[in-house]
Amino acid sequence: MTREQRLAAAFVELADTLVAEYDLIEFMHTLTDRCVELLDVDAAGLMVADQRGELRAIASSSAAIGLVETYELEHRQGPCYDCFHSGQQVVNVGAAGTHARWPGFAAALNEAGFQSVHALPMSLRADVIGAINLFCVDDVALGAEQESVGQALADVATIGLLQERAVRQRELLSEQLQAALNSRVLIEQAKGVLAARAGIEIDQAFTAMRRYARRRGRTLSSVAAAVIDGSIRTAELRVG
Amino acid sequence: MTGIPTTRAQEILSTLVDCVRPGRDLPVLLVAACAANVPVSGAGLALMTDTGPGAILAVSDGPARVMEELQASLGEGPCVDASDSGHMVLQPDLAVTAPERWPEFAAGALSVSIGAVFAFPLHVGAIRLGVLDLYRDSVGGLDDDELAEALAFADAATAVLLSLQATAGPSAMHPLLSTSVADRAEVHQATGMIAEQADVSLLDALALLRGRAFATDRGIADLAGDVLKRLLNFTDDGDDGRGPH
Repeated sequence: MTREQRLAAAFVELADTLVAEYDLIEFMHTLTDRCVELLDVDAAGLMVADQRGELRAIASSSAAIGLVETYELEHRQGPCYDCFHSGQQVVNVGAAGTHARWPGFAAALNEAGFQSVHALPMSLRADVIGAINLFCVDDVALGAEQESVGQALADVATIGLLQERAVRQRELLSEQLQAALNSRVLIEQAKGVLAARAGIEIDQAFTAMRRYARRRGRTLSSVAAAVIDGSIRTAELRVG
Repeated sequence: MTGIPTTRAQEILSTLVDCVRPGRDLPVLLVAACAANVPVSGAGLALMTDTGPGAILAVSDGPARVMEELQASLGEGPCVDASDSGHMVLQPDLAVTAPERWPEFAAGALSVSIGAVFAFPLHVGAIRLGVLDLYRDSVGGLDDDELAEALAFADAATAVLLSLQATAGPSAMHPLLSTSVADRAEVHQATGMIAEQADVSLLDALALLRGRAFATDRGIADLAGDVLKRLLNFTDDGDDGRGPH
């Protein structure tokens, strides 16, 4: 395959994994692997901000960069960290520049067997959600084409991540809505069960269930479920 | 279908949001706009629970109210099937296709001159939130554009439900939703009483209530009221309200 064909194939593959239900971690690992192949770098890692805005390493093409990333996150120092906070590419700093700018990070980098690192932002409009780190064994610069292909891959990663978050948010909300709805129905049904069982009115049944829930520190819906399945005896509810 | 709002659905939502006034909340606006934009006589939005129709959230003018109540009472119809299957149920000619599939629903629908029903499930992943039902007083299907429009309204309806939940908080329910559930509270309470009286499951109890409502040609809410007032009970040996309890 020519370079263009490999590039096109990589984007089709990534687009395919974005369809419907996909595994985010798998997608991110595929992406770091493709970065290594297409950009002629030796390793790639992906860092994404959590809900508190703290960067976390979520995928890498190689275990070798794990300690470098850990150093960067613990000491808040390094190209990925700067890239995330500025929203700008941090590329072609060079081995000497890396030592001058981030001495501790550079030491960890050399220890892991690399000389240079480049960082590309994952951003959509004004939101920066993370960054991609590209690691090179030698002190080499990224060419203009590598930069633009790398940024395109970072953009795909951004879309994939935001899409997954939107889907997860919707699932969370729909679970909450369904649980709330089912619990309301269950409570009404339990009022009826208790009213018939104890020969009392609906209001009295509700009061007894609420008091019991408060005394035992339980939720009303769990008490309702227990009334229905008979695991709370009517006497325990101190009806009437 | 992930139900993520499409461009047309977003357009619908942004138009509706601008029209919200007291008493004209999003669900009501949505069914009204849906009935106006798709050539149907009315639209209804039902919330579904694990055990079938849970509440009627909104209905447009026209036949939607009667039809939603019919489906909720019977626990059968295009709405229930759409929710259970996760697929839209298109019935362009009820008189031909419905009597065999849903005998009681078909009889009720035809008696109020409904010719066609189109039901769109509002699902997010495996979770069933509700159904958007479209009713038409004449026979005939939706063409491709009309179907696309109806689907956009279904996506918009899902977004409305999720946004209401987002404002309510994790274990709470938005007042609009809890009010619509409260409308059916007596049916659920009566279901609980019948389950205890007849010593059957809640599902079977609801079926007993529905069966009695149908057999006596009364509304299920009406009959539920009688159960709660103990004018009617379902103990094994009596239904005169003066059973052995």
